[in-house]
Amino acid sequence: MRYNRWFTPWVLVIPALAWLMVFNLWPSINTVILSFTNARPIGGGTFVGLRNFERLLHDDQLRWALLNSVIYMVVCLPFLTILPLLLAVLVEKKLPGITFFRTAFYTPVVASAVVVALIWQWILDDRGLVNGLAEKLGVISGPLPFLSDQWLLLLSAISLTIWKGLGYYMIIYLAALGNVGRDLHEAAAVDGAGPCRRFVHITIPGVRGTMILISILISVSALRVFSELFILSGGKGGPGGRDNSVVMLIQQYSQGFEGNLGYASALSIVLFFVTVVPMLVLARLNRRGAEA
Amino acid sequence: MSIVTDPARPAVAPEAPPATRRKGSFGFNTISTREKVVRYVLLVFVLLITIGPFLWQLSTSLKGSGEDIYTRIPRLLPAQPTLDHYGAVADTIPVWDYAKNSLVVAVLVVGGNVLGASLAGFALSRLQFRGRRIVLGLFLATLVLPGEVTIISQYVTVREFGLANTLFGVALPGMIGALNVLLMYNAFRALPIEVDQAAIVDGANAWQRFVYIGLPSVRGTISVVAIFAFIGAWDDFLWPLIVLTDPNKYTLTVGLQYLSGTFSNNPRLIAAGTMIAFVPIVIVFATLQRFFFKGVEEGAVKG
Repeated sequence: MRYNRWFTPWVLVIPALAWLMVFNLWPSINTVILSFTNARPIGGGTFVGLRNFERLLHDDQLRWALLNSVIYMVVCLPFLTILPLLLAVLVEKKLPGITFFRTAFYTPVVASAVVVALIWQWILDDRGLVNGLAEKLGVISGPLPFLSDQWLLLLSAISLTIWKGLGYYMIIYLAALGNVGRDLHEAAAVDGAGPCRRFVHITIPGVRGTMILISILISVSALRVFSELFILSGGKGGPGGRDNSVVMLIQQYSQGFEGNLGYASALSIVLFFVTVVPMLVLARLNRRGAEA
Repeated sequence: MSIVTDPARPAVAPEAPPATRRKGSFGFNTISTREKVVRYVLLVFVLLITIGPFLWQLSTSLKGSGEDIYTRIPRLLPAQPTLDHYGAVADTIPVWDYAKNSLVVAVLVVGGNVLGASLAGFALSRLQFRGRRIVLGLFLATLVLPGEVTIISQYVTVREFGLANTLFGVALPGMIGALNVLLMYNAFRALPIEVDQAAIVDGANAWQRFVYIGLPSVRGTISVVAIFAFIGAWDDFLWPLIVLTDPNKYTLTVGLQYLSGTFSNNPRLIAAGTMIAFVPIVIVFATLQRFFFKGVEEGAVKG
């Protein structure tokens, strides 16, 4: 029995496949090609050999960007793996009004990174809410330079990322919690285990796979950070451009007279390797953990 | 026919059992009053952290020009509430045009994804053809690649199409996302193959099976795809920042950055601008959130 004419499936798949080819596969190849040229944002470009890659080695801003990325990842990882899990446990029980709380906790995820970064910029301003309150309480004598000090700016952007990510990972954990057997909790409770012990010995092992997945997601998105740092630093990348991320550097070289798409492509290749490494490491950890 | 289900939209939505104490049972399902109080206190605490900043921004945007917004004792309620700053934003930057631009991009992206991803997802999961596995593998493979890695050469491609500095150029690459194709593929796969076979016996062709059998059973996933395509397009910043160079064509996010970079001396003005970008997306999400949480609840109820 013939289900369909041979070309019917292709007619349906072709649009999506065309998009995949033109906007995913070809750009992946073209990134490598471009990285050997000195293409400009307006067009043109000639082959320059390995010059872009030599330049990478001597780029101080890239060194700072990579250091910032590692700090970003290392600080985000513990907070964003644990806090959303606690939140998920908190909103798991179906109390009256829980849908409202779940939706509200998810709001920072739905808002644009630009919007939340502008809100935080105002809160962390020299004369903003945080400094005002801290001065009022006598914790500090002068305003803390959250947005102009190299390290405080990085820390502010990291806290913003953590705050914005809470709801996102909470929802993923919430879906996973549904699969943790309630009978296990009941049995442990009968045996006299309190909520904390049950959390450590039942909940955490129960969502272990999700935890690994989430830590991969966190690492990759920490290395890809752009909007938070860009907006908080006013697009300048902090004092002396020391608060750039790799993506911010890519964006800087994508525009204007100083723009160099060839070098931006070389930076993109750096970004590719930087994001793929933690993915492979965590995936391997997962496999080894599963065997043990 | 009622066994037709979709992971994001269960055909039979099981009601949560009423939390009554069963006789002789340990009573694990009931919550003590003390636990309830602790839970609500914690919930409200987290609520303040997540929603507080938005309320503070809303309050700032409504405070009168004569009002001291820098007071060391913060006031949440404006003393001289006014909507003036929303008008002032429009005088400074063409904010309503920016909102319209964002909407145009978002609608194109939603339309493209709903159409393109469901067609491809249907073909990949319910029609047999040579090369199906390879095509599926290609879609999967692109998920590993962070979008920022190819953003420069994507710009080169869009520029070669002559679409640099156009709204269509902003929307185009995101109009059929690989992830959405895979989501739709999964949704269609949940449909038992016997339904298709019965329809084939009745003489339905592929297109009829798509329209009358496939689509009605994956409405849940389609709405999830649509919601996230909309939010993603509305919130996107890096891509429109690279593609658009003419300030008249900016989308809201790029326009807001332009506003804060150029006229950063008045926090009330920027606050009003951020609210113009924030409120529509919250309304969209709040009205459609039940579709979104349905899939999650399905997993949470069982067990």
